[in-house]
Parts: sequence; C-alpha cells; structure tokens
Amino acid sequence: MKESTGQRRKERLDRGIKVRSEGLYALMSWRELSYLFFPRLVLIGGILILPLVVPSMYWQRVISIVCIYALLALSFDFLAHYVGLVSLGGAFFIGTGGYLAAILNTSFGLPPLLTIPIATLLGAFICTLLLFPCLPLRGVYFAIVTLMYPLLLARVIEALDILGGTDGILGIESFANRWVEQYFIILIVLFFLFGTRRLVNQDIGLVFRAVKDNDQSVRASGISITYYKTIAVFISSAIGCLAGAYLVHLYMWAGLSTFALDFSILPIAATVIGGAGTLVGPVLGAFILVPISELLRAFGTLRIVFYALILLAFIIFRSEGIMVYGQRKYHQFEKWIKV
Amino acid sequence: MSAPSTPILQVNQVTKTFGGISALNEVSFDLHAGEILGIIGPNGSGKTTLINGITGFIELTAGEVFFRGEKISGKPAHKIADMGVTRTFQIMRPYYSLPAYKNLVIPLFSPRAKRTGGWRGGGKLGDRNTVSIDILEELGFERESFVPYKKASNLPTGYLKRMELARCLALNPEIIICDEVFSGLSMSEIASMVPLVERLQMEGITLIMIEHRLRELFRVANRIMVLNFGEKLIEGTAEEVMADEKVKEAYFGSEAVEEVMDHA
Ligand SMILES: Nc1ncnc2c1ncn2[C@@H]1O[C@H](COP(=O)(O)OP(=O)(O)OP(=O)(O)O)[C@@H](O)[C@H]1O
Ligand SMILES: [Mg+2]
Repeated sequence: MKESTGQRRKERLDRGIKVRSEGLYALMSWRELSYLFFPRLVLIGGILILPLVVPSMYWQRVISIVCIYALLALSFDFLAHYVGLVSLGGAFFIGTGGYLAAILNTSFGLPPLLTIPIATLLGAFICTLLLFPCLPLRGVYFAIVTLMYPLLLARVIEALDILGGTDGILGIESFANRWVEQYFIILIVLFFLFGTRRLVNQDIGLVFRAVKDNDQSVRASGISITYYKTIAVFISSAIGCLAGAYLVHLYMWAGLSTFALDFSILPIAATVIGGAGTLVGPVLGAFILVPISELLRAFGTLRIVFYALILLAFIIFRSEGIMVYGQRKYHQFEKWIKV
Repeated sequence: MSAPSTPILQVNQVTKTFGGISALNEVSFDLHAGEILGIIGPNGSGKTTLINGITGFIELTAGEVFFRGEKISGKPAHKIADMGVTRTFQIMRPYYSLPAYKNLVIPLFSPRAKRTGGWRGGGKLGDRNTVSIDILEELGFERESFVPYKKASNLPTGYLKRMELARCLALNPEIIICDEVFSGLSMSEIASMVPLVERLQMEGITLIMIEHRLRELFRVANRIMVLNFGEKLIEGTAEEVMADEKVKEAYFGSEAVEEVMDHA
C-alpha cells in the first residue's frame, strides 16, 4: 500500500454523499449506501444483542430501566429541540401512564398487552389536556408547570389515600418471561427512535421546528401554533406514559415513587451527554448514564457527587454531546483514493 | 364574488393604545377588490401598528375590521391568514436555519394551501419542494442557480424581502399587506420588484403597500392614504395627497417629498 502513496490522495468518505442524501437524488453505490447505513446497523444490532451478552439477570433488569430512561430522554429531546417546549414532565408521564396501567390491570383485569397501549393513549390524552392551558407559556414557566403536576398528584394520592395511598397498587401482572420483558421495550425504543427521526425530517417536522424558531411567521402562514404544540405534547407524553405503563408491569407495583424527580432530571442529563437535538444521542446518553448510576449504587448517596461531576465535565468540555461529536468525526473519516 | 361597490376590506374606527399612548386613533378606510392602496406617513405614525391590528397580530383597543363582510377583528392571526388576508413583516422573519425553498414548505403545509393548492393551485400538482421552487422562480430566484437552495441566513436583504412576499403567495392570498417591501433595496432591485407587484394585481390580488419610497409607490398605487401621529390625514390620488397642506406639514423638510414634488 505504502509505495503507491505518491499517486493517491486522501478524500473524505462523505464526499458527494452528503449533498445527495439530503436532497432528492438517489444514492449511487453500495459503498455509499453502507456509509450511510453502517452506524444504524451497529446501533440496532448492538441494542438487540445486549440482553444476550450481559452477565446476569440483575443487568438485564438494568437494561429495561435504561430503556425506560431512553424513552423519556427521547420524549424530552423531541419536545425541547424540535418544538421549543422545555419539559420536566418525565415524572408526570411515568406516573400517569403507570397508575393507569396499574388500575386497568388490577381493577379491570386487562393483560399487559392491552393495559400498555390503553395507558399510553389515555395517559397522553390526560397529560396533554392538563398541559394544554400552559402551551402559550415559554421556557422555564412551562418547565415549572410540568414539574408541578407530579408533585401535586403524588400529594393528592397521599392525602386522600386513594389508589393505594402510600402503599401503592400491588399485585400487578408481570410479563410472560424475561425475554418478552426485555425485547418488548427494546423494540419500542427502536421504533420510537426511528419514528421520531422520520417525523422531524418530514414536512410536518419543518413546521414543528418553525414553531420553535419563529412562531410569528408560522402564524402569518395561517398555521395554528397551539395545534402543533398540542400534537407534539401528545406524542411526547405518549412516549413517556408508555414507559410508565411498562415500568409498573416490570416492578409489578405502582407507587408514589413513579412520580419521583429522577424521571424528570435524568433524561435531561442523558440528553446533555448524548447530544441535544439528535434524538439518538439522548438514547445513547441513557445507555451510558443509567448503568454508571447503577455501578455507583454501592456508594449510596455519594454517587450524586460522581454523577454531578460527570455532568459538569460534559457541560464544560463537550457541550455538544457525544452524538454531535461522533457524527462530525464520522463524516470526517478519510479514505485513500487514486489520483 | 362581491359586487365592485362593496369593499373587500373595511376598517372602521380602529384605535390602539400602548399603555396610554395612542398609536392609532379612529382610523377608517375601505379597500376595494383588485386595487393597490398605498399607505404613507412619517416614522412612528402607526402604519405597522395598523397592519398588526388588521391581521390579528395585536389586539385592537377599539374598532372593527371586516373582510368580505365578515368581522375578522378579534380572530387569531392564523385564522385571518387562513381566510386569505396575508402580510409581510417590515423586519423580515425568514426561518434562518432553513434553505430558501424549505422556508416555503411551511406555508404550503398550512390548511389554506392544502385547501386551495397555494399560488395558482400548484400545490395540488407537485410536492411541496417543487412548488416552492416554482414560486421562488416567479419572484426572481434563478432556478438553475444555488440561490433557492441557500440557507436564508446567507441571503441578502433583497431576496429575504421577496421571500416575505413568497410566503404570502404560497397561501394563495386574496389580500397581501406589504410592510415596506421596497426599503433597504437598491434602485435596480426595486425596479425589478415593481413589475412583480403589477403582475400580482393583474392576477386579481388586492394589495396594501406601506412605503417610504414614494416615487415607486406612486407608480403602482391606485390610491394613497396618509397617516400622521396615528391619525388618518387624507386619502386620495397621489397628486391630491401631495398637494395637501397638512401632508406637506407632516412631511416638512423630508427629502422624499421634495424629491417627488420636483418630479411631479
Ligand atoms: N409594542 C409596542 N409597545 C409600545 N409602543 C409601541 C409598540 N409598537 C409600536 N409602538 C409605538 O406606536 C407608534 C407607531 O409605531 P409603528 O411601528 O406603527 O410606526 P410606523 O408608522 O410603522 O413607523 P416606521 O415607518 O418607522 O415603520 C410608535 O410611537 C411606536 O413607538
Ligand atoms: Mg413600520
């Protein structure tokens, strides 16, 4: 190879691909196709294989929890970076979806196969309805309201001693076996990851982004910004409620801790680490952050310190996130070509 | 549709105050289908406020606006645009992060464009990307060049002004209200915009044009209305308006008027 270096020069792999893949033209060769699809295959393959290679059932359980946080991070990233609504609603969505699935299962005897989709849609409907009056609010005010609801609901359940009160709802049906349990949520994560990516790259995705960047022009275009914000909140809360419904079947228990603040905060950290606005980044962020936080469980409350340090480091040194950095490096890969 | 005698747009006693300061004071006028009405007035005379009031971008303190006999004041801005009453922004508001042609995909995605097909119904035939390039081409974006594909943040003012118009056209509008589309443009750019405005009128679009460039405005406008300190001074042909004492007073010392008067 080396001796012929004289007649060759380096060329970036994405030369000529990027323009065409973003425009209307078809891709040319297998090599170019594989350049585009290789990362996707690695991601899908990697996630699918994970339950088979982890050392113990304990770590399989961790993967399920990772997936729950991945869904929440996805829901946060979509709403914050494509629609401009910063939501701390993770706990709200998990709690709503979780309690709904619990009630449907224990009071109405529905199997997980039914409780999860019903809790997803009904929960998204309830969350959207409750958040609807706050849609005109911007930035931190919307965030505060989304944070307020789970606190409020938890207090109501506690004070009125409804829905099991502080004990929670026990005896929720679990999944048929651990493989169903694992692959169900993994497929859900992949579905929503590629689904939301697809969505934001279509014309409706442009409208979502326009609502975020320039709402006056959207209104001047005869488009209701409230309508599109409502759709986006519905999608986002559906993803969150789905995660919540899955969670209570996983633990066979729904309690006040489904309204815990972790569900609101950790997805944001995962988004910062993974790369805001990339959708796939926050999912990867969850795959990094949740296991680390599990490893640090031995340190008890001290792990908050490590946790804070990691986050701080990311914000200071690599504020763009792993995914943005990785994508840029990947596009900069070079190959030798003959000249 | 409507008889030529009934105005397409009626503005009745429109008033707007900002915290006690009155920006518009009982302004009334009629707009007839197919005409071009010019609105002029010194800086801060309330022209933009009037547009914002008509198109629902601000809430009027008092007064009413009717479009084809239907009351539109009090409706939200997107509803008014959906009826076909569109506006440009004096301070241009493109989606800077998007290429020029993607900017138009958003109005083409609106309920009105889906219903009517956008300008000349083109949206019913092709996909939104193609239709937006068609519209941009009509407005002087060379199809074969890179200009329609450039990010809006890299485009010069002249093109951004046209994109403001393009956004209105994508909605297949009945009325376009232009807030200073000529200002900030070079003489040659204006010279290329004037025939465009005339063509829009020929296609049956009714226009209101707010301008400081009086000479070019007087070439295209059928009627002129003058605002000063939020009040309507006078309404009439360009000659009538410029001969008026109150207008001379309002514009006292303004080079724009002297220049026009010299040419008159
Ligand atoms: N949002 C607002 N809050 C308070 N005052 C305002 C607001 N918008 C406009 N005004 C005031 O109302 C008056 C009319 O402003 P407007 O922008 O309508 O003038 P204009 O005729 O469009 O001027 P120009 O030729 O400079 O564009 C000005 O005195 C302005 O300061
Ligand atoms: Mg103005």
